[in-house]
Amino acid sequence: MNLSVELSKEDSVQRFHIAGEIDAFTAPVLKDKLAEVQDVPGLQAELNLTDVTYIDSTGLGVFVGFYKTLKANDGYMKIIGVNDRVKRLFEITGLDEIIDIEKGVGENRDATL
Amino acid sequence: MPKEVEKQYKALVNRYINTKSENDLYAGQKFSRRFIEKEISPEEVIGIHKSALMELFPDAPEDFWHSFDFLIEMMIHYGLALQEHQSLIRKQEELELEMKIAEKVQNTLLKTRVPTFSDLDIGFLTVPAKQMSGDYIYFLSDDSNYASVAVADVIGKGIPAALCMSMIKFGMDNMQKQNSSPHVVLDVVNRIVEESVDDSMFISMFYGKYEVDGSVFSYASAGHEPVLLYKAASNTFIELDAKGLLLGVQPNATYEERSVVLDEGDFIAMMTDGVTETRTEDGFIDDEIIKEILTTVKDESAQKIADTVYQQLGEMQNFHLHDDFSIVIFKKGYKN
Repeated sequence: MNLSVELSKEDSVQRFHIAGEIDAFTAPVLKDKLAEVQDVPGLQAELNLTDVTYIDSTGLGVFVGFYKTLKANDGYMKIIGVNDRVKRLFEITGLDEIIDIEKGVGENRDATL
Repeated sequence: MPKEVEKQYKALVNRYINTKSENDLYAGQKFSRRFIEKEISPEEVIGIHKSALMELFPDAPEDFWHSFDFLIEMMIHYGLALQEHQSLIRKQEELELEMKIAEKVQNTLLKTRVPTFSDLDIGFLTVPAKQMSGDYIYFLSDDSNYASVAVADVIGKGIPAALCMSMIKFGMDNMQKQNSSPHVVLDVVNRIVEESVDDSMFISMFYGKYEVDGSVFSYASAGHEPVLLYKAASNTFIELDAKGLLLGVQPNATYEERSVVLDEGDFIAMMTDGVTETRTEDGFIDDEIIKEILTTVKDESAQKIADTVYQQLGEMQNFHLHDDFSIVIFKKGYKN
């Protein structure tokens, strides 16, 4: 079970490319990486989950925590590239109603935020 | 002072080499306490031993003394590793203590009583994957008009998780007198939890309520897995879902409420993701497997249905649960 998180900054948007399974074992890796930037006021973050195969409830907790921190700091978070399984998870938990989630990677990348 | 210890040690070694007597050996054993009193480390003891021998055997070959330098170096690192190991053990003991306290809180605060009903058969089972469960099942009933159940999964561990469960219980108990409907219960519990938990902690919860009058089952869900309704007349399953956000994410969430009528032989299976996301060596199980198991025991008692699901899904993963496993069955009609 591996997880990799790559961060690239494009204009004012922090783009995270996450790959692997996000579960109780790997969630701390993601949490630490997101924590590096989450306190920046007005942060614009885009999380690309195209290569994420599975998220368990601990992993979901990391996204919820990141969302709440960003919201408190006037930031914005968007999730892109979710597969069907991950999408269903966001739907069941009702998180798709409050977090901006886009299935697959959009064509117009400039308009993602 | 160490010089003094060195001198005494040398005398002791010398005496033992000459006598090889039990008494002198015993003197050496006792002397080890002096090293501790003087805070002399194991590698320093070897250094003292080396210089004592150098005085006693000045003609020993050069290589012999090098071997002591090797041993001294090794003992320095051995000492460091040992220290680290001991501090880890201490830390682990502290954690275990916290878990034990939390477990006690959970066990005493959160006892639940299964309602006894004449026209509704209730069965349930909850098995923790580890010492402490994140799943929480709580029943409320007056044993004649209604029976409610909360099936919750708390994300987070230890004392904070146990406190979360007590909040759910507190919220539910408080509303019992008003006989509140499921969406109101979730709304109130959400407000309590949202104010209290830390950012990455949340709860998924399903709340169902059966009313004898009209045999109506009403329900609402806070980010919980859909539950399964088995209809005896058509021998089919219907997924019951209702829109609603996880508890503890934001204060002003709204919860959709729905209801169904239960006929004779119908039952509802409410489960946590430890059941629906059962993991075997080949990956996750198919939802259909759960329905197949439920179908084979559809005519049994509610408890037998719950037990069979655990038995069969448990077997598939050799009873090494990855997640807490909880299932509640509400079955309309006769009891076996």
